[in-house]
Amino acid sequence: MKNFARGIKLAHKKISTQEKHIAEALVPSRVIIPLQQNLGCPAEPLVKAGDEVYEGQKIGDSSKFIFAPIHASISGKVTKIEWIPNVCGFDVPSVVIEGNTEHRTQNTEHSNSLESLTPDEIRKIVREAGVVGLGGATFPTHVKLTPPKDKTIEYVIINGCECEPFITIDHRLMLERAEEIIFGAKAIAKAVGASKIIFAIEKNKIDAVEKLKEVIRDWKLEIGNWKLEISILDTKYPQGGEKMLIKSVLNREVPSGGLPSDVGVVVNNVGTAVAISEAVKFKTSLIKRGVTVTGSGIKEPKNLYVRIGTTFAEVIEQCGGLTDDASKVIMGGPMTGLPVASLDMPVVKGTSCILALNKKDAKVYEEGNCIRCGRCIKSCPMGLMPNFIAAYAKHKDWDKAKEYNVSDCIECGCCSYVCPSKIYLVQYFKVAKRELQTRKAVCR
Amino acid sequence: MSLNLEISVGPHIRDNLSTGNIMWWVIFALLFPCAAAVYFFGLGALILILFTTFMCVLFEAIFNLLAKKPVNIYDGSAAVTGILLALILPPTLPLWIAAAGSFFAIVVTKGLFGGLGFNFFNPALAGRAFLLASWPVAMTTWVTPFTAVTTATPLYLAKTGHMVPGYFDLFIGNRSGSLGETSVLAILIGASILFAKKIIDWPAPTAFIGTVFILSYLLGHDPIFNVLSGGLIIGAFFMATDYVTTPITTSGRFIFGLGCGIITVLIRFYGGYPEGVNYSIIFMNIFTPVLDRHLIPKFFGRAKA
Repeated sequence: MKNFARGIKLAHKKISTQEKHIAEALVPSRVIIPLQQNLGCPAEPLVKAGDEVYEGQKIGDSSKFIFAPIHASISGKVTKIEWIPNVCGFDVPSVVIEGNTEHRTQNTEHSNSLESLTPDEIRKIVREAGVVGLGGATFPTHVKLTPPKDKTIEYVIINGCECEPFITIDHRLMLERAEEIIFGAKAIAKAVGASKIIFAIEKNKIDAVEKLKEVIRDWKLEIGNWKLEISILDTKYPQGGEKMLIKSVLNREVPSGGLPSDVGVVVNNVGTAVAISEAVKFKTSLIKRGVTVTGSGIKEPKNLYVRIGTTFAEVIEQCGGLTDDASKVIMGGPMTGLPVASLDMPVVKGTSCILALNKKDAKVYEEGNCIRCGRCIKSCPMGLMPNFIAAYAKHKDWDKAKEYNVSDCIECGCCSYVCPSKIYLVQYFKVAKRELQTRKAVCR
Repeated sequence: MSLNLEISVGPHIRDNLSTGNIMWWVIFALLFPCAAAVYFFGLGALILILFTTFMCVLFEAIFNLLAKKPVNIYDGSAAVTGILLALILPPTLPLWIAAAGSFFAIVVTKGLFGGLGFNFFNPALAGRAFLLASWPVAMTTWVTPFTAVTTATPLYLAKTGHMVPGYFDLFIGNRSGSLGETSVLAILIGASILFAKKIIDWPAPTAFIGTVFILSYLLGHDPIFNVLSGGLIIGAFFMATDYVTTPITTSGRFIFGLGCGIITVLIRFYGGYPEGVNYSIIFMNIFTPVLDRHLIPKFFGRAKA
């Protein structure tokens, strides 16, 4: 079985939604659209209070490169642009749109074929559609599709691992929209000039593997110049981490501080592939995304296509509401997700999952002394020594934390998960990384 | 609906294993050598085990209160120290001396250095070393199993050229010695539980026992006798695997075991004492920070630039 070193085995907990079709969520009457939804630079608003906007209209843009435009997810009137806190606790200017009754939908008549497009055109379409990495990292996709000139990209890996427990949206997309995933993958391959496409899927999603195989077989003629492969990987966390994935699939190690392009690879999530396919085929913008709504705190777990800007409260309401003992609502998975303080938070491009946990599952532990058992070291997929980094960070010795390579930490959470003393290791790393970053900025 | 949502940094799920769980599993594993001790040395053994356990927990509680720290006796770590200390004491040791050993183990070795996780000597072994230096006669008075006749340990007999017990007696524990070190069988049962639960790992015990075996053979001594006698087996599985006082990486743990083995053999064959396991582990405890500092695992993405 193809694999990476260390990591941990987790209970999948995907059973409550993995058989459920992705349903369309209700179109909300009001949306809140933050102007920063990608890793990188924020958007400048293109609209002001009082403006009429239509579904799919660009409402935020920027001249910066590491950025993806933002679009209105419903037709209606901009009532205000206000600062609201995002999931990290920072205030972000956000466009509030009140929907009107005459709903104007995105034009989907247009249809492109890949053959007629140049790599530059594909990149431009992807950028204009506001596509970002939908696995949760929200890195602007057109940037990923622009590899450095001196690097040759050999492989495109489509990430269908979905290694976090509870989440099933990528699994469902592979079952329900395999054609579009393959189309998206080819568009990526064409943009980066890669000749091989590999679909990487964990072995607990064999039905998705079968589905992709079936589609590839039926589509034999249209595959053209690309070599398509499916790589079945062990079910292990964090198999879907970009660096781990490349190691597992190709046995290549992305150098410290480097990017996948350094080893000739571009990795995209299956959800991103679907978004790219929609953008290229129909020139539609990213205004909704698949979200798994699940966990012990949700009455009726579901997979939904949710419009960007719909509040968590509205989405959860469509899933039967929260249970009485729900105590934590998380955006993303249980390992790397971020908890929200209020259900007024809007769904954004990075919301792959709304996970609600009850009191028992969301237990917050008291941190104990490190007993030096070494479990964190044995679990760290990056080969770091989490206990020492945390100890140095605790004493604000940022230099030492750096010496122990805290900047290589991918914040997967394996160390915190296995720690018998329940030390919040990842929390210390986040603080240390931020300190080091601020310092770098000051020096510059 | 008023909602009071919990906020914390991920991961939001944790493994069930806690420090307390680990300690209770160690205590469970130690029940086997304890049972063997009571079987071979009678009720006195039971009293000594219960006494040191009680004293260690008591000292921990008192120290925590005086140091204004949360009382953490329920994590079981003090109880583990108490049981381990009893298992490496002679069966006939007066209780007041055992109390002094408990004090040294918990207060001096562990508490004063910062409590759980911060001591750099194994508390039980440091306690025993302290007693051996302070009350050498009481600490080297050995009795035979069942009959409780005063005798010497097999290693002492061997060192002075006398007849020693056979392999089978050494294996099941029918010989003189410290309470819990005698029955190799009972220790192995306990240790196998900890291996099965992945609480201890192979590098240190394997390197320790392997080194003693090979060096004994090379130096012209009986390797099987040297492995089965003294405190080697309990030391290798229950002391050289202590998390706090041994290296944290696999390679570090292997070198730790290797060093323990070499020092044990040197003391046994060329030193003034018949047994060297206790001092070898304490000695290697000192090297733990150095080993941790220099045996850093290979980072991902740093293989060859």
